[in-house]
Amino acid sequence: MQCLKGKSVYKGIVKGPVVVLKQDEYQVRRKKIEDTEAEILRLEQAVDNAKEQLQKLYDKAVVEVGEASAAIFEVHQMMMEDEDYMDAIHNMIRTEAVNAEYAVRVTGDNFSHMFASMDDDYMKARAADVEDISNRMIRNLSGRGDLDLSAGEPAIIVAEDLTPSETVQMDKDKILAFVTVHGSTNSHTAILARMMNIPALIGVPLSIEDVESGMTAIVDGFEGSVIFDPDAQTCIKAEIKIAEEGEKLKLLQELKGKDNITLDGRQIKLYANIGSVSDIGYVLENDAGGIGLFRSEFLYLGKNDFPTEEEQFVAYRQAAQMMAGKKVIIRTLDIGADKQVDYFNLGKEDNPALGYRAIRICLKQPNIFKTQLRALFRASVYGNISVMYPMITSVEEIERIFEIVDEVKQELEAQEIQYKIPEQGIMIETPAAVMISDELAEKVDFFSIGTNDLTQYTLAIDRQNEKLDDFYNPHHKAVLKMIEMVVKNAHKHGKWAGICGELGADLSLTEKFVRMGVDELSVAPSMILKLRKIIREMRVEP
Amino acid sequence: MKSFNYIITDEIGIHARPAGLLVKEAKKYTSKIVLSANGKKAEATKLMAVMGLGVKNGQEVEIIIEGGDEDFAFEGMKLFMEQNL
Repeated sequence: MQCLKGKSVYKGIVKGPVVVLKQDEYQVRRKKIEDTEAEILRLEQAVDNAKEQLQKLYDKAVVEVGEASAAIFEVHQMMMEDEDYMDAIHNMIRTEAVNAEYAVRVTGDNFSHMFASMDDDYMKARAADVEDISNRMIRNLSGRGDLDLSAGEPAIIVAEDLTPSETVQMDKDKILAFVTVHGSTNSHTAILARMMNIPALIGVPLSIEDVESGMTAIVDGFEGSVIFDPDAQTCIKAEIKIAEEGEKLKLLQELKGKDNITLDGRQIKLYANIGSVSDIGYVLENDAGGIGLFRSEFLYLGKNDFPTEEEQFVAYRQAAQMMAGKKVIIRTLDIGADKQVDYFNLGKEDNPALGYRAIRICLKQPNIFKTQLRALFRASVYGNISVMYPMITSVEEIERIFEIVDEVKQELEAQEIQYKIPEQGIMIETPAAVMISDELAEKVDFFSIGTNDLTQYTLAIDRQNEKLDDFYNPHHKAVLKMIEMVVKNAHKHGKWAGICGELGADLSLTEKFVRMGVDELSVAPSMILKLRKIIREMRVEP
Repeated sequence: MKSFNYIITDEIGIHARPAGLLVKEAKKYTSKIVLSANGKKAEATKLMAVMGLGVKNGQEVEIIIEGGDEDFAFEGMKLFMEQNL
């Protein structure tokens, strides 16, 4: 039994098997083999398993993301059947009497170099596919099974760190909890965990080598602890706690269908933050009144090229239709800073958080922006969509946005394509926007305060730097005063103001925000009912 | 032996998916089918070799077919190229 502490980002408790994502997973040693034919058989078994895994992945992807995106798994299957590739591996095992893992590694590297050295960017990128199939076979050979968790039972994911693209690819039904060595409370792993209502511990001082996939662990988000290989007594204690928490959750469920209204009659809107269409299930399940922040980045992340207008339109329309008339606030592209996408070719910046990101990219490269706006305006016909622009610092930016909106409108008009101009608001996430919120309120329909960035810019603290977590005081007076100011200025012009950052879900501030007159809180779906409980039990006038 | 030339119209060239389909198509025939482009040759039944030719949009490929069912394969491959690439 080994107990370790970390920083908890979601209060919950689970017990289950561990799956370790190791970075050195695919390093193999060369070994001499006596019986080469037995080794070939072992290889063939691994290939068969791999093909089966890929078929499953393909079937799953067809349903979830469509046939065009699923085709990559079909290509992987074919690559694995490639005669040159397989012959090379067989030859190496037979002539050099080496283990299959090593033969796969060397052959995979050779083929991947061939692609990497081609003068065509598309083909260069195929090197990753060769690596992927080789890694898959090595995993199978060493009995580690499939990384995609597509066959296994729900598990606790243990890793050094997780990148956004890794988390995007994960099957969310198969994750019980995250435990990572690195990462800050604002990292994407943390955001994902809050979205999914699952415990996550970050900054856990463990050495990945000591943990093995398959061992049992208990992750306790209340205590901020993870226990590997718990003894019987610890297991019983945990199970009691898990049952108790389940009971509490059940009580919250009774608040479904009820209003978010204080004892003295102030009503407030509770909306949900989501990162992809597949999260809408969580929104409905937790009885949110709408979507207050739909991060459109999911359409751009984990891709090789820009999403087309059609692709975006289909996703936005689906969201609008699924929410059936409830508000869906979609934030336009917020790439840059900590969210990097290769094909944007953004280049390296010394200060990415203060750099070329979000609306700045959209205004500098209006073609990217226009494609998204066209998709949004077309989808607005199908439901109650609002559009929200991130990282605003000046009135001029809004004027420029509206010029582009006008151009898009005229183009759609000329092409006789059905569209609707939705409600348009802005994120307030820079101190500059706070200071001129009086002027900004005249221009736009609503404000949504992004407290994560607002806090980072106000306190001059990089939210990706885990060393600074101790200095990051989200309750800093400066930030709370700013929120109050923004709400006042919005109301002065008859506009509404909400909060969509992590602070909105901070239960210790809910009463304060309601008293300030905040009109809407947009939070992780899992927080909706908890906030509703507080609101229904409080008074505005004490 | 029969052969024909074809200019690739697909935007990305012979990329992964159509290359995969091409291999599938080529495997239907007993004839040996070879693709020739950019001064390189690749057997049409070998996916990575076909991709390795790096044929781009607008480039010409020669498809050379030799074997018992070459008439049949010729028609099949021609139709395949026109429909997929």
